[in-house]
Amino acid sequence: MAVASPSTVMNNVEAVRHTLYEALKNDERTLVLGEDVGARGNVFLITKGFIEEFGAERVIDTPLAEASIVGVAIGMAMEGLRPIAEIQFADFIYPAFNQIVGEAAKTRYRSNGDYTCPLVIRTPYGGGVRGALSHSVSIEALFYHVPGLKIVAPSFPADIKGLLNAAIDDPDPVLFLEHKKTYRLVKGEVPSEHYTIPIGLADVKHPGDALTVVSYGLYVHQAIEAAQRLAGEGLSVEVIDLRSIRPMDRTTILASVRKTHKLLIVHEDNKFGGIGAEIAAMVAEEAFFELDAPIRRLCGPDVPAMGYALPLEEEFMVSTDEMADAMRELVRY
Amino acid sequence: MAEAITKPALERHGLDEEQLRWMLRNMLLQRTLDNRGFQLNRQGKIPFATGSEGHEGIHAGSALAFARGRDVLVPYYRDIGLCIGIGMEPLQVLLAMFARAADISGGRQFPNHFTGRAIGLMSISSIIAAHLPHAVGAAYAMKLRGESGRAVLASFGDGATSEGEWHESMNFAAVHALPIVFLCENNEWAISTPRDRQMKVRDVVEKADGYGMRGEIVDGSDPIAVYGVMNGALERARSGGGPTLVEAKCYRFLSHTTDDDDRTYRTREEIERHRHLDPVPRFERVLVEAGVITSDDVSAMKREILAHVNDVTDRAEALPYPLASDLYTNVYEGTHEPWL
Repeated sequence: MAVASPSTVMNNVEAVRHTLYEALKNDERTLVLGEDVGARGNVFLITKGFIEEFGAERVIDTPLAEASIVGVAIGMAMEGLRPIAEIQFADFIYPAFNQIVGEAAKTRYRSNGDYTCPLVIRTPYGGGVRGALSHSVSIEALFYHVPGLKIVAPSFPADIKGLLNAAIDDPDPVLFLEHKKTYRLVKGEVPSEHYTIPIGLADVKHPGDALTVVSYGLYVHQAIEAAQRLAGEGLSVEVIDLRSIRPMDRTTILASVRKTHKLLIVHEDNKFGGIGAEIAAMVAEEAFFELDAPIRRLCGPDVPAMGYALPLEEEFMVSTDEMADAMRELVRY
Repeated sequence: MAEAITKPALERHGLDEEQLRWMLRNMLLQRTLDNRGFQLNRQGKIPFATGSEGHEGIHAGSALAFARGRDVLVPYYRDIGLCIGIGMEPLQVLLAMFARAADISGGRQFPNHFTGRAIGLMSISSIIAAHLPHAVGAAYAMKLRGESGRAVLASFGDGATSEGEWHESMNFAAVHALPIVFLCENNEWAISTPRDRQMKVRDVVEKADGYGMRGEIVDGSDPIAVYGVMNGALERARSGGGPTLVEAKCYRFLSHTTDDDDRTYRTREEIERHRHLDPVPRFERVLVEAGVITSDDVSAMKREILAHVNDVTDRAEALPYPLASDLYTNVYEGTHEPWL
């Protein structure tokens, strides 16, 4: 990104909205479809006003049926459009599981390239918003097992724009995860020009040399805050924002681990079989002798979901204090 | 349904003799390809085959109503005759059976899971009704782009109507008045589950009302009648008249696949009771009696088809399997690596 390029401060909702708007304006093959994306303008107002500007045929209030939101979008993509489907909350994506895993991810493969599926599925995920059992889940581990899919989870406005543009341009299906607690919490400069960020590249958001912390989503922001606290204590922590979950950036993770020799993985999704397990296995395979301490994972607990009651939600979520404690412990190991 | 079918004098729906003979040939070719699949399986040459005996009339009539170069077909795995009828080469059927590298899917897909973008044939999986939202999406794309004169033909069996995605697709298509025809090939059986265990209504077409969609029912053993209904429905779709659910009644004479044994769930007597519905000898007789073709010409046609199927069988069998390294291609565009 050019240093001098004009930019605007946006929150994450505005970054998604701005990028979708530009896509609809500049490419007539694009359209958005989902529950309440039209007249209501999406439940977070991301597409507010779109239906007036682009028409009900390209801003589609679909029937309340998630499998066909994705399934219809697959057919549109196979027939030459560039659909951007929305699942209103990630918790509602389960009825569309087969369409994503069994159909979208296999379209190119099963037809040996005769058909492709250039599809974006956007969905807000994550907790800390009193969303209870069905408006709080993280879904990435359920999908990152699936070859044929790409998954991104940026949590800074400028990253959202670059990666959403990349997802829309991508010739294959991309699951685009937006942490809903960051929607209005996180603000940042977003360059006005059109740009993309390649899917699969992580970003060092806070440099350091005594510990590598790998995270994504809401927890990146907390990890940066914790790292800043530790910097005040003279402890240097590097925070890597994965941004992309499939494919994932081995190069950046290994370069950091080879520098710090310690690794902490932090994610909101539960630990067992989560993203952190794959990262830990990769580092153990590729850089075992670089490690000066056991790899640690700080993740969601092994329960089906976070409860509605505040103490249940707080118990589920990893606090910034807990992150700072885990970082201190590992730096001093 | 058996008693409902009485054969009237030949109603041609505007079809000329050449088109009638084309339908007969498509039906005979389909029957021969079906038999070939089961033969090759029993010979141990291919692991699996799916038959379509009883569906030939639906396929020939629907394929003739399909506008090549404009319409899109989103079929299911029993639509071998529909696929060859819209232009897929019999060699492709055999290449898929033998899972050869030259198969369009590169030997990846089961037999009868065809792909052919060049002829408007959309790739499907084996998941029942999962292809129907794709058909709806394709129809939406046609409508959005203002491509009048194009329509989608989406087909499925009676079992598919129990699936949620069947309902979602019917509903979506009706709400948006999309250019699509839903063709239910009701052969009374979903593997081992009979129609009355699948649905409470007697006719699938009754469900159309619930979507505000036009519904039509047709004797699937009669390719001319099928053509009449399908041509009307597709023309209506192409000209902005919205979707139609067509129920074509037929009977599945074979087991579900070569891996199924229908003796475990239906009697031989039941099959024989339906034998008079077999569309192939029936249509042959109709055309001979109407003077559209002679018995000798039918025999010659059968010999020509068998020779052709024998030839493509030999050609397909002689071609190589995909390479082991072909497992790794076309996961994504370009090379594929989960770690960058």
